[in-house]
Amino acid sequence: MEGTQLAEPEISKLEQTAKELRRKILNLIFQAGSGHPGGSLSATDILTALYFGGILQYDSKNPSDPKRDRFILSKGHASALMYCVLAGAGYFPDEKLKDYRKIGSELFLSGHPHPKTPGVEIASGSLGQGLSVGHGMALAARVDNLDYNVYVVLGDGEIQEGQIWEAAMSAVKFNSNNLIAILDNNKVAQDNITEDLKDLEPLEEKWSAFGWDTHRIDGHNMKEVMDILRLPLHATKPRMIIADTIKGKGVSFMEGQTAWHGVAPGEEDLQKALKELE
Amino acid sequence: MKDGATRDGYGAALVELGHSDANVVVLDSGVSDSTRTKKFGQEFPERFFNMGISEADMMCTAAGLARTGKVAFATSFACFLLGRTMDQILVSIAYSNSNVKIAGTHSGLAVGEDGPSAQMIVDLAYTRAMPNMTVIQPADWEEAVQATKALVKHAGPAYLRLGRPKLKGLYDSSYEFEIGKANVIRKGSDLVVFATGGLVQESLQAAESLQSESISVTVVNVSTIKPLDQVLILEETRKHGAVVTAEDHNIIGGLGDAVRHTLTDHQIAVPIQSVAVKDHFAETGSGAQLYEKYGLSANHVARNIKEVLAKKKP
Repeated sequence: MEGTQLAEPEISKLEQTAKELRRKILNLIFQAGSGHPGGSLSATDILTALYFGGILQYDSKNPSDPKRDRFILSKGHASALMYCVLAGAGYFPDEKLKDYRKIGSELFLSGHPHPKTPGVEIASGSLGQGLSVGHGMALAARVDNLDYNVYVVLGDGEIQEGQIWEAAMSAVKFNSNNLIAILDNNKVAQDNITEDLKDLEPLEEKWSAFGWDTHRIDGHNMKEVMDILRLPLHATKPRMIIADTIKGKGVSFMEGQTAWHGVAPGEEDLQKALKELE
Repeated sequence: MKDGATRDGYGAALVELGHSDANVVVLDSGVSDSTRTKKFGQEFPERFFNMGISEADMMCTAAGLARTGKVAFATSFACFLLGRTMDQILVSIAYSNSNVKIAGTHSGLAVGEDGPSAQMIVDLAYTRAMPNMTVIQPADWEEAVQATKALVKHAGPAYLRLGRPKLKGLYDSSYEFEIGKANVIRKGSDLVVFATGGLVQESLQAAESLQSESISVTVVNVSTIKPLDQVLILEETRKHGAVVTAEDHNIIGGLGDAVRHTLTDHQIAVPIQSVAVKDHFAETGSGAQLYEKYGLSANHVARNIKEVLAKKKP
């Protein structure tokens, strides 16, 4: 793998950041009384690497900087993760998080993201749209002669949507190598495990056949996540990073459980979970 | 005054805009020849994106372009463009308030022989129902040119409803189209017709034919369907006391509903009838044949005018 390797202390610092984020996410969903813990915890390491590992180029004090890298959380139900990351990145103070899912929220911290919230590029919540939106932004970089990248995090259940495959073909047609998709392959959807709902494998073969520069990593191994995100862009192809993850990662009784897709923990479960994340 | 299809006006305006505004980008979904975006694509290939036959992807790609500061025109036949992409329009464009101009050509029964799957008659209902959405339907070539240009200056999502057939020129370049303003195109005294799109020329023809029967009809071109020019609609309704609405769209959710809503909101009760598709699918046939059979032709506008006048209190 090209690029300089990260030193071990930096990796363990990111791992610590991810752990703190997981605690914050669970607290946030608990105090809101609703939300999606499973799919937030599975993508936590990916977003930690992007925002705090020096991958994404952004200035939280100037969210509309035209040269910024774009990030799209296409699986918008992981909004608790998104808002905790944005607060951590300095887009708004932590205390604003108390408005999450509350009526009158000043920063519009809705159940699914919306661009009224600083740092959010587009509304999501209806699955399957974010890859196309990200591709539009990637095309705009070329029109404007700017060299920013666009990162889109997709859910595995989400890629059952046909529009994902339309976008997959479009990005290859336009040689949009500044589009990087990361599949949070946590293998569990709301109803069922994804394999039973509608099997997605063989994922690498599919994305490769569609013409993407495809990689597969352990989405909870911070070193692997960082290494792949630091890989120089492909000359022509958009990049798909299939990150194998675990739904509810970090909390033993949530891991791999459909039941924790869209349910807030009660007081007792919260305390148990936080203890595991110490 | 130039005769021509509104899609032709749209295509011509895009090329002009391509020269004058580097922020204008155009997307199509594999029908650029028919939608008239092809010429823009030839002159500005770096700002033209033919997404292939994938309207949903096109709509969100347009949203992504718009969110970086571009004015993105997303184009296809109205029937595929809207029916297929309501969710994409609602979330990525309307709710996100993205500066995308959705241009649907080949709208209504006017498209003709391709049959009901190609005859989009519910698009005004779809788009009117969406918060943040502006809805415009030009009545001739010149107005299509001006509306397309006006949309670039207007920030926010919009639907531009265009047609396939050549329409008679109604305006010359001295006309000044303004979003949100309806336009009195013929002055009469007995009844007012609020018409949109190709039905403006049908209504004018009806008004002409009724002159010999001493019936004097005002025709208003309502090219902005949302936001509706309520001031002018109320004023003309009060002046005439009898109303016909006319559109190549289903009777549910289009201009007729918008006008009735405005009148009801202001406690104005006058005789009113709507020339529109009467909540059924049509069939194949030429546009002119369909207009005659399904109640949209000048003859039908004239019949409706007489029926409404018969109910008007002296």
